[in-house]
Amino acid sequence: MNSIHQLAGQAREVMRRDTTWPFLIPRRRMVDVSKDIILYLEDLNVSFDGFRALNNLNLYVNDGELRCLIGANGAGKTTLMDVITGKTRCDSGSAWFGQNIDLLAHDEAEIAQLGIGRKFQKPTVFEAHTVFHNLELSLRCGKGVWRALTARLSGSERDRIDEVLSIIGLESSRHQLAGALSHGQKQWLEIGMLLAAEPRLLLVDEPVAGMTAEEAERTAELLTSLAGKHTVIVVEHDMEFVRSIARTVTVLHQGSVLAEGTMDQVQNNRDVVEVYLGEGA
Amino acid sequence: MNTLSALRSFGQWFAEFRQPGRGSSWLVGILLLVTLTMSAANLLLPADSPLYVSTYTITLMGKYLCFAMLAMAVDIIWGYCGILSLGHGAFFALGGYGMGMYLMRQIGDRGVYGNADLPDFMVFLNWQELPWFWFGMDQFWFAVLMALLVPGLLAFGFGWLAFRSRVTGVYLSIMTQALTYALMLAFFRNEMGFGGNNGLTDFKDILGFDLQADGTRVALLLATTLLLVLAFLSSRAIVQSRLGRVIVAVRDAEARARFLGYRTEHYKVWLFVYSALIAAVAGMLYVPQVGIINPGEFSPLNSIEVVVWVAVGGRGTLYGAIVGALLVNYAKTRFTALMPDAWLFALGALFVIVTVYLPRGLAGIFERFAVGMRREKHGEKSWRENSGQLSAGEVSA
Amino acid sequence: MKFLLHSLWLVAALLLPAGSPLAQTPPTAPAVGELLQQIPNASLKKTGELVQQLEQAGGAEMRPLFEAMLAGELYAVKESDKLVAVTKDRAGRLVGREIFNDRKLAAFASRDLKKIRVNNRLRSQLRDAIARIDLLHGSEEQQHAAVLSILDDLSSQNMRLLRSAETAGASAQVQEVIALADAMVQLRDSRVLEERLAAIEIMSGRLEAPVRNQLQRLLNDDGEQEVAVKAAAQKALDKIAGRVEFYGQMEQLFFGLSLGSVLLLAAIGLAITFGVMGVINMAHGEMIMLGAYTTYVIQQLMPGAIEYSLLLAVPAAFLVSGGVGVLIERGVIRHLQGRPLETLLATFGLSLILQQAVRSIFSPLNMQVVTPGWMSGSLVINPVFSLTYNRLYILLFALAVFAALVAILKKSSLGLNVRAVSQNRDMAKAMGVRTELVDAMTFGLGSGIAGVAGVALSQLTNVGPNLGQSYIIDSFMVVVFGGVGNLLGTLVGGFSLGVANKFLEPATGAVLANIIVLVCLILFIQKRPKGLFPQRGRAAE
Repeated sequence: MNSIHQLAGQAREVMRRDTTWPFLIPRRRMVDVSKDIILYLEDLNVSFDGFRALNNLNLYVNDGELRCLIGANGAGKTTLMDVITGKTRCDSGSAWFGQNIDLLAHDEAEIAQLGIGRKFQKPTVFEAHTVFHNLELSLRCGKGVWRALTARLSGSERDRIDEVLSIIGLESSRHQLAGALSHGQKQWLEIGMLLAAEPRLLLVDEPVAGMTAEEAERTAELLTSLAGKHTVIVVEHDMEFVRSIARTVTVLHQGSVLAEGTMDQVQNNRDVVEVYLGEGA
Repeated sequence: MNTLSALRSFGQWFAEFRQPGRGSSWLVGILLLVTLTMSAANLLLPADSPLYVSTYTITLMGKYLCFAMLAMAVDIIWGYCGILSLGHGAFFALGGYGMGMYLMRQIGDRGVYGNADLPDFMVFLNWQELPWFWFGMDQFWFAVLMALLVPGLLAFGFGWLAFRSRVTGVYLSIMTQALTYALMLAFFRNEMGFGGNNGLTDFKDILGFDLQADGTRVALLLATTLLLVLAFLSSRAIVQSRLGRVIVAVRDAEARARFLGYRTEHYKVWLFVYSALIAAVAGMLYVPQVGIINPGEFSPLNSIEVVVWVAVGGRGTLYGAIVGALLVNYAKTRFTALMPDAWLFALGALFVIVTVYLPRGLAGIFERFAVGMRREKHGEKSWRENSGQLSAGEVSA
Repeated sequence: MKFLLHSLWLVAALLLPAGSPLAQTPPTAPAVGELLQQIPNASLKKTGELVQQLEQAGGAEMRPLFEAMLAGELYAVKESDKLVAVTKDRAGRLVGREIFNDRKLAAFASRDLKKIRVNNRLRSQLRDAIARIDLLHGSEEQQHAAVLSILDDLSSQNMRLLRSAETAGASAQVQEVIALADAMVQLRDSRVLEERLAAIEIMSGRLEAPVRNQLQRLLNDDGEQEVAVKAAAQKALDKIAGRVEFYGQMEQLFFGLSLGSVLLLAAIGLAITFGVMGVINMAHGEMIMLGAYTTYVIQQLMPGAIEYSLLLAVPAAFLVSGGVGVLIERGVIRHLQGRPLETLLATFGLSLILQQAVRSIFSPLNMQVVTPGWMSGSLVINPVFSLTYNRLYILLFALAVFAALVAILKKSSLGLNVRAVSQNRDMAKAMGVRTELVDAMTFGLGSGIAGVAGVALSQLTNVGPNLGQSYIIDSFMVVVFGGVGNLLGTLVGGFSLGVANKFLEPATGAVLANIIVLVCLILFIQKRPKGLFPQRGRAAE
C-alpha cells in the first residue's frame, strides 16, 4: 500500500501545474536580474574527506558590482569559485544565477555559456595558439562541434578581437604564440579571453600575482572599468590592490562569511581583527 | 596603394592561419606522382624492362599507404588532441574484417568444400547456416557500410564512456590497449564466427575482378592513394578550421576550454570517431591487398607500433605521420629480410630514441631547418622558435 | 655389458639390505629369482600369476618392481632377460636403473630392450598388491592410501587384510576408513534392514568415490526392494553431493586466490612505480621475465641443489631485475620527467629490446625450470579437495612479499621518502629529499619485486620470452581497480579480479571470462576513475 501511495505521490509531483518538466526548460536562457541581484549562494556546504571547505556559506552579489573576496589560505575562496563554475559539486545548499538559473543543475561548459567567465589562479592560456587565436576561441558564439567546424570569422568578430587586443595592450604580439608571452602578459591575455567572451559575471582569481606594480595598476583600472556592465568577483591576497579597487569586501573564514562591507568597515570589524591578529588583540 | 594594403591584409590573413601542416600539399603531389608512375610502369612496360615495377612492389606500396592512413588516424587524435590511443589497430582490423567478410562471400562455391552458402571454415566447424551477422555481407555497399558503422559505433561508445567520465592520460591509453586485447581474445574464438585463429583468407575476387590480376592490384593501389589523399585533405581542413583549434586547445588546457564553454568531451568523442573511421577505411583497403585478415591484427603490439610511426614522422603534423609510416615500414621490410632478429632491437631503440631525443620527430627537424632557411632570408623572428616549449604542454595528460 | 649377464636373482639377493625380510628368509629368495626370470617371456595371464606368487614370496621387497611395472617402466634386457626400470630423460635417451636399489645404469638403445606388457586387469592387480604391501608394512600415510584404494575392491581377501591391519595397531585415521569399509561390506552383504540403514548412516557424507559409486549402484539396482534403504541411500547421496559441491566451490576459490596472488605479485611492483612516479613501466612484464630467467640460470649453475635453488633465486632475481630497473630509470625515464605518455612509449621500446635480447641469448623456445620436490605434490584435505603445494606456497609467498613491502614503506627511511615524493614531489624536493635518488630506488624496488614475481611464476607457467607480456595489461588493471598509490587497493584488486575470473570460468570458458572481466573493468573505470580506494582531497586533483 505504502509504495502505491508513494507512486501516486510521485505521479502527482510529475503532473503539477505550477512547475515545468526539467527537459522542457530551454537550456540557454538569458539571466533574469530583475531583483538586481545576480548571484544567490545559500547554505553551501562542501567537504573533502572530513575537511569542511565551505560551511553554511551565504553570499549575495548585486548586478554590476565589483566584489572582492579576501581570506586566509583554506578559507574556501577557490572552492567557492569551483562551486559557482560547476567544477565542484556541493554537498548541500543552493546556488542561483539571477532569478531563474539554478547553477547546480549545469556543468562547467553550460555555466560558461550562461555567461560566467573564470580566470584561474595560475594563468592558463592555449600556449600552442597565437594570441589572436586564443581570443578567437573565447568569442561568445556557438560552441558546438559542428559550429566550430564551419565557423568563419565575421567582420564584427574580428573587430571585437581587435578591440580586446587594444584593451589588454597586446596588439603588437597578436601573432605571437601565447606560450612565448611573459607571465604578466599571460595574465592579461587570460583576462582578455574573458572579455572576448562577454560574460555577465567574471570570477577573477588572483589577477595581479606575478605582475609589476605598474601592470597591477593597469589591471585595477581595467577591473574597475568593467564593473557596471559586468559583475566582477575578485579573489586577491594583495591588500593594496584590494583597497585600490574594492567597494565591497567579503571576508571568508573557515568556509563561511566572517564580515562584509567597505574596506574600512571590514578592517575595523572586531571578528576580523580577532581572526587575523589573534585572540589577544 | 590599394594593392599594397590588399597585400598586407593578405599577409596578415596568412599569418593568422599559418599552422603546422599547412602548405604540405607537396606531399599530395608526390604521392599521386609516385603511385601513378609505378602503376604505369607495372602495366605498360614489359616484365624484362629495367624500369618495370613488379606487382609485388605495387602491393607492398599499397600496404604501406594503408599503414600511412592508419598512422594519420592515430596522429589526428594523439598529435592534435593528446589522446594516445594504443588500440587503433582494433578499428583497422574491424574495418578489415568487414571487407574480409565481403570477400569471403564472393568466393561462393569455389572454396575447398564447394559450399555456396557457407564459408569454408563454417563448413569445417559443422555449422548448418550462416550466422545472422553475416547476412547481407555479400553486397559490397552493405559490407562497406558495416565496416564503417561497427568501428564507428565502437569508437563512439568507448569514447562516450571514457571522455564523459574524464578518463585521460595513461589510464585512457591502457584502456584502449585493453579494448583491442579483449577483441583479439574474442576473435581468436571459433564460436565468434569470424574464422577463429586462421581468420579470413583465400579470397578470389572483388566486385567481379580477379584479386590476383595485375590490373586489380594497380587499381587497388590507386584507390588507396586516392582515399589517402582525400583523408589527408579532409583531416587538414578539420585541423585548420576553428574545430582544429578547439581540439588543440583541449589538448593543451582542457579545463580552460571547458570554462570557455566548450563541451570538450563532445569534441573528443567526435574526433575519436572520425579517427576510427579513417582507421577502418585503411583496414578495408588493406585486406584485399594482403589477402588475409586474422585476429593477429588486433594484437596490442600492432597498435603501439603505429604510434611509433607517428612519433618518428613527427606528431601534430599530418604529413609527418604519413612519412613516418612509409619510412618505418620500408625499414621493417628491409630489416626483416636482411637480419630478422635485429628488427625488434631496432624498433625498440626507435621508441626510446624518438621519445627521448626527437620529441617532434622528423617533421621537427625538417621545420627547424626550413625556419632557419627562411630566417636567413628575411631575418624575421619566427614563432616556431618557441616550439620547444610546447612539448611539455602537449603531453600533459 | 658383461656385468649385465649376472642373473638377476643373484643381484637382488646380494644387494638387498641385510635387515630386510627377504634376506632373513633365504628359502624364498631363490623362488623370487626364478619367478623374476620367468617374467620377460610370460603371457599376460601368466604374468598375473607370477605377480601373485611374487607377492607371496617376496612381500614388501617387491614394491619397487610392482611400481615400475604399473608405471610401464619395466623392461627386460633382450640379451640377458634381466629386468630393469627405464625412463626417458629430457634429451630423450633411455636411462635405466636397477629395480631394487635405484642404482643408475648406462643408457640403453631401444632395440636392446623389451617392454614388459601390462593390461588393465594386471594394473588393478598390481595396485591391489601394492596396497596390501603398504597396509602391512608401509608408513602411516602409505597405510591410509592403501586402505583407501582397497575400498575399490572389497573382496573377502582384502577384508581379511584390513582385519589384520586393524589388529596390528593402525592409526585412528586408518581405523576410520576400515570402519567405512566394514559399513560398505555390511550394506552389500547384510539382509538385516537395521544393519543396512546403520551402514548407510556411516557412509553418509563420505567423499570417497567408491562410497558414491556403491550408493548410486544401489539406487539404480532394480533388484533392491527395500524402500527405506533406497530413501536413506538417496539422502546420503544428496548429502555427499552437497559436500562435493561445497568443496568444488572451495577449489574454485583456491584457484581464484592463486590467480589473485600471481596478479598481486605482478601488479605490486607496478603499483609502486605508478603510484610514486606516475609512470607506466611497460617493460614491467619483462622484469618479471628476467626474474624467471634468473631462476633458470641459477638452476643451471647448481644442478645438484635444485631443492635450494629457489631460495637463492629470490634474492638473485630481485637484484637482477632491480638493477635493470635502476639502469632504465637512470638511462631513459629520468629524461622524460613529467611526460607520462612518452615514458609509456619509451619503456615499451625497452620491453621489445629486452624480449629480443632474451630470445637471442637463450632461445625463442620455452625453458624448463625444475620444480623442487618440496613444491610438487599436493596437500590432500579430503578425497575431492586438495591444494597443490606450488600454488599454496606462491599464495603465501605473495602475502609475505606484500607484508614486507608494506613494512618497508611504513617503517624505513626509504619508505618515508617514497611516501613524501608520492604525495607532493615539489614539496619533498624543497624539504631536501633527494627525489632523483628516491626515484631510482623506487623504480629499482618496483622492478626487483617484479623479478621476485618472476621466480614464483616460473613455478606455474612456461618460462619464455613472452612470459611477461601477458601480465602487463592485467597488472595495470589490478592497480587501477584498486586505486593508484594504494597498496591495500592492489591487494584487494588482485584477489578480487583473480576470484572473479575463476568463478566466471566454469560458466563461460577461460577466454570469455577474461574478456568479461576486462570489459567490466573498463566500465568500472568509467564509473570510478580513481579506483576502489581513491586518494582523496584537494591534493589528488
